[in-house]
Amino acid sequence: MDIVKILIDAGRAAIGVPAAAYALSSIGLNLQFGYTGLLNFGHVAFMLVGAYGMAITVDLGGSIWLGVPVGILAAVILGLILGFPTLRLRADYLAIVTIAAGEILRLAVRSSWAAPLTKGIFGIQRFADEFFDLNPIPVGLYGIGRFRFDERTVWVLLLGWSLVALATVFLWKLTRSPWGRAMRAIREDEDAALSLGKNVFGYKLQSLMIGGAIGALAGMFLAIDQQNVNPDAYIPLLTFYAFTIVILGGPGTLFGPIVGSVIFWFLFEFLDGVMTALIVEMDIGFLDALDATDVGPIRFALFGAGLMWLMIYRPQGLFGSKEEMLIDAR
Amino acid sequence: MLDKHPTLANVAPEPGVGKPNPILEADGLKRFFGGLHAVDLEHLEVERGTITSLIGPNGAGKTTLFNLLTGFDRPDAGEWHLNGGPLVGIPSFRIARSGMVRTFQLTRSLARLTVMENMMVATKDHVGESFWGALFGRWRHIEAANEKIALASLERFGLDHMKDEYAGSLSGGQRKLLEMARALMVAPDVIMLDEPMAGVNPALTQSLLHHITNLRDDGKTVIFIEHDMDVVQEISDWVVVMAQGKLIAEGPPEHIASNATVIDAYLGRHHGEVP
Repeated sequence: MDIVKILIDAGRAAIGVPAAAYALSSIGLNLQFGYTGLLNFGHVAFMLVGAYGMAITVDLGGSIWLGVPVGILAAVILGLILGFPTLRLRADYLAIVTIAAGEILRLAVRSSWAAPLTKGIFGIQRFADEFFDLNPIPVGLYGIGRFRFDERTVWVLLLGWSLVALATVFLWKLTRSPWGRAMRAIREDEDAALSLGKNVFGYKLQSLMIGGAIGALAGMFLAIDQQNVNPDAYIPLLTFYAFTIVILGGPGTLFGPIVGSVIFWFLFEFLDGVMTALIVEMDIGFLDALDATDVGPIRFALFGAGLMWLMIYRPQGLFGSKEEMLIDAR
Repeated sequence: MLDKHPTLANVAPEPGVGKPNPILEADGLKRFFGGLHAVDLEHLEVERGTITSLIGPNGAGKTTLFNLLTGFDRPDAGEWHLNGGPLVGIPSFRIARSGMVRTFQLTRSLARLTVMENMMVATKDHVGESFWGALFGRWRHIEAANEKIALASLERFGLDHMKDEYAGSLSGGQRKLLEMARALMVAPDVIMLDEPMAGVNPALTQSLLHHITNLRDDGKTVIFIEHDMDVVQEISDWVVVMAQGKLIAEGPPEHIASNATVIDAYLGRHHGEVP
C-alpha cells in the first residue's frame, strides 16, 4: 500500500473541483438549514435548475454569461414555487415537498417530452467553451511533485474557490446584520418572532431563494467543469452530501461549509484509496470475499456511521460552539 | 371610592359596557372548534392606560381570545379595532408592529441568541432587517441607538449583567423578565401577557407585579390573563371574566370578587349555601 500516493490523492481531492462545488452548495444550504432552520431536502433541485438553466441558454444560442443569470433566476423562481405553499406550514412539509421536487425535476428533464429542450437522457454538452477560451494560464502542470493540476483544472479551481470566497463574504455581510439576527430568531422560535413583528414567512422565503441561488451557482460550476449536464447526475445523494458537509462543519457557522467540504472530500478519497489497497492489493484473509466494486458501498456505510457518531457526540460540528449546543432549544 | 383608575370610576360594571377612552374594541368575535364555542363575544372594550385582567375558569377561552386579538388565530366571525384601526385579516406580525404585542403562557426565549440579541431583534422599522438594507443600508447607528435603549430596559428588569449570555442559559424567572422586556422593545401601546405569573416563586411574582404596574404608569395598556385572585385584586384597574367563551362579567376588582355570576362560574351553581 502506497500511503504517500493515497494521501496526495486525498489532498488533491480536498481542494479539488468537487470540494469547491460542495463548499459553495453547502454555503447555500447552511443559510437555509443552519441560520433559518429550514429543512430543504431537495437542494439538488436548485443545483439542477441552475445547471440546466445555463446549459439550455447556451444550447439555444445564448452566451454563457447570459446563462448564469438565467440559472440563478430559475433557482429563485423554484424557491418561490416550493416555498409559497409550504413555508406557512410546519417544517416537515417543506422537507417532503423539496425532496419530491428534486426527483420530479430530475425525471422531468429526463423525459422524452422535455427532450427538445433538455436533450433527455443524453444531456447537453460543451456549453462552457466560452469560459475555457478565456483561460489565461499557459499549458502545463502546476504544483509540487505529484500534487499537481493541469492548466484547465487550475482555471476551474480559481473560479470555484473565488465563488466560495464571494459567497462567504456575502453570507458574512448578511448573517452579521439585523437581517441575519431575525433569521436566527426564526430558527429558534417562529411564534416568538411573529409576536415581535417579524414577517416570518417573508424571511423564510428569502432564505430559501437566496440559499437556492447559491446552490444553483454550485450546480453551474460543476456543470462547467464537466462541460456536461445529465439528468442522472442530479440524484438525492447530492443533497445528503451537502447536509453531511454542513453538519460536519457546524450548522450556522460561517466557515463550517468550507471546512466541512474540504474534510469530507479528503476522507472520501482517502477511504477509497485505503480500502482499495486493502481489498485489491493485499492478501487479508477475511477481506477475500470483497472486491474493488465493494469499495463504494462500504465507503457510504462508513460515512453513514460517521454522521451518526457526529450527531451523537458532536452535533455542533467542528466549528459550532459546545456551549451553544448544551442549550437544549426546546 | 378606592378606584385605582379615575377614568373608570363612572363606568357601570356590566358585561360589554362602553368605556370613556377605549384603545381596543371587539365586536361579535367568534371562534368555533367543531361544536365548541371557544370564544363567543358580543362586545368588549379595553380602556386606554389601564391594567385589565382577564380571568375565568380553565377552558373559558382566554388564551383563544388572546390568539384572536393578536392574529395568531383567525376568528370565524367578528371584528376588532386597535386605536380605531380595523385588525380583521391583518397578519400577526403586522398587529405586533401596529402596537399590540403579546407574550406566551410558556416562555419563548430565543435560546441560542444572547439576551442582548433577544432585545435587539424585537426593534421595529429597522432598515438593516431587510435584505437590501442589510447589504447596502446604513444601520450601524440604528443598532447603537437601539442598544442603549435595550441596555436601559435590561437594567430596569435586572438582567443587564446577563446581556452577553445565551437566553437559553437563563433561569425560568429570568426568562419571564426577558420576555417582558423584549416585548417592550417593540414599543407597543398594548401589551398582552398570557399568565405571566404561572410557575413563578412569590418573590418574583412581586417583582413582576411591580414591573406591570410600572408599564401602566408609563402609559401602556396592559391586558393579562391570571388565575391567582390575590394578584388580580392587587393590581387590576378592571377585571374581565370569561366562562365558556362568553363575557360573563366585568368591573373593578372589588366588584368582581363579590359577583354571584363569577362565583357560580368558578365553583358551579349549587356551591354550598350557608344554612
